[in-house]
Amino acid sequence: MSGRPMVKAEAVHKSFGRLEVLKGIDLEVQPKEVMCVIGPSGSGKSTFLRCINHLEKIDAGRLSVDGELVGYRQVGDRLHELPDREVCKKRSEIGMVFQHFNLFPHMTALENLIEAPIRVKGENRATVLGRARSLLARVGLKEKEGAYPRQLSGGQQQRVAIARALAMDPKLMLFDEPTSALDPELVGEVLDVMRGLAHDLGMTMIVVTHEMGFAREVGDSLVFMDGGVIVEQGKPREVLSNPRQERTRSFLSKVL
Amino acid sequence: MEAIKAIPVRHPWRWVVAAFIVVFSAGAIYTVATAPNLRWPVVQHYLLQDRILLGLVGTLELTVLAMAIGIVLGILLAVMRLSPNPVMSTVSWFYIWFFRGTPVLVQLFFWWNLGLILPTIGLGIPFTDVGWHARTSDLITPLLASLLGLGLNEGAYMAEIVRAGIISVEHGQTEAAMALGMRRAQVLQRIILPQAMRVIIPPTGNETISMLKTSSLAFIAQYGEMFRVSTEIAAFNFRIVELLLVISFWYLICTSILTVGQYYIERYFARGSQRELPLTPIQRFRRMLFTFHAPPPTQLQAPPAIPSEHR
Repeated sequence: MSGRPMVKAEAVHKSFGRLEVLKGIDLEVQPKEVMCVIGPSGSGKSTFLRCINHLEKIDAGRLSVDGELVGYRQVGDRLHELPDREVCKKRSEIGMVFQHFNLFPHMTALENLIEAPIRVKGENRATVLGRARSLLARVGLKEKEGAYPRQLSGGQQQRVAIARALAMDPKLMLFDEPTSALDPELVGEVLDVMRGLAHDLGMTMIVVTHEMGFAREVGDSLVFMDGGVIVEQGKPREVLSNPRQERTRSFLSKVL
Repeated sequence: MEAIKAIPVRHPWRWVVAAFIVVFSAGAIYTVATAPNLRWPVVQHYLLQDRILLGLVGTLELTVLAMAIGIVLGILLAVMRLSPNPVMSTVSWFYIWFFRGTPVLVQLFFWWNLGLILPTIGLGIPFTDVGWHARTSDLITPLLASLLGLGLNEGAYMAEIVRAGIISVEHGQTEAAMALGMRRAQVLQRIILPQAMRVIIPPTGNETISMLKTSSLAFIAQYGEMFRVSTEIAAFNFRIVELLLVISFWYLICTSILTVGQYYIERYFARGSQRELPLTPIQRFRRMLFTFHAPPPTQLQAPPAIPSEHR
């Protein structure tokens, strides 16, 4: 391993109009690391996640994935904005899972999985089909390949969404509150799949979540964000049991 | 459980009003039908006459072609309007502003009379002689003038319909597709438009019905559609009203067919958005015949859309 971080953020700033959402984020995620990000709503954790695959443009600072700047190319000491084609190519290497699943409702589970590998990567249909079926089996939905999203439960939909992201063979997975929209009894099945990704595939993952149990058990590191800054980070067990900052303590006392 | 047997509320005024309407309509129909100068044999003669039928074919041809132009143009304009490229969206905005802002009859007449201001038109390099030219009067045939007038105008209306459809698709769909690395055009074609169809189809059916009748305005560009044919015949035999009755019959037949078609297409695209589809008129009629005095049933078997074990 080169020791190069998978994600590196230096003083990342982002504003929406006058509202400054990220006020200087510095962090590093190593390959195979599972980083969990917690914090109150409006703290900027989802926005930061969306900056990583350039769904949002950052205003200041530097953000790189696998050693390459997100959205820009550096020539000398000048930055050039990347054309759409290259932004898309980089996005295709990063998987993302959304709070509301965002499966394509007019396609079956299997069609959801094979769409991007065929259209974006130009892969051979037969190869993709084989891989998609084994991914559905991995998330425990082998027999649901012909089902449309509306015919699936929330937990099943989110598992299909995870498989859809995996079908692109990503080097990094971003999870934006993947279990927040689920009924409590369905949360476990989704977390199990995510745990499997970390343990079996050694996937690098950044997980914005409210599931402290998952963070403690699966996370390699934990970041607590509030008001657009990282307030505290460290080993999940330490942060959760012995928070050093007052703000972390008061947040944890409300959610635990 | 015993069903309630109660005497239903009586509605005597309904009967009174209904009787009045029946009598009044019968009177109106009788008056027109027995109008002293209305020659029914003439109506009967022209109903299936060759020239009228050819005019009907012309009307249908124009409707189909103008709608095809309108739909293609509408999709293009809607996509341009929503494009992040300011040049594209501005061009589209002006197009819609202009073609919606002037009467279609004026536009038809303009295209037909294009030769008055431009005796020749051609394609070439500006300010040089290189290129190809033709006389406008040779180029702008009645059909072309009619298609330009009706099609370009329809494009502006279809653009707004398609745009409404595109906007109706939840933004998360675009985001999910973009996160997978799909390009803008791919997102639109594969993800957004298929979902927008549910919103786009019903008003498009409406536009088609409207176009069927608006196509009669092409008479001004000398195009041989049904209305023009009927006025040409009437110019000889002066049986104006008889011929209007003839073409009204055919317009009604065509719109009726389209209305039924539209009803079923809408129903098809409403699947999944409603738990239970309302009954079709035929189903309702049957139900009325077989359950004579019972109130209209609200609960029927659910359509076999979603197997219950998936819920």
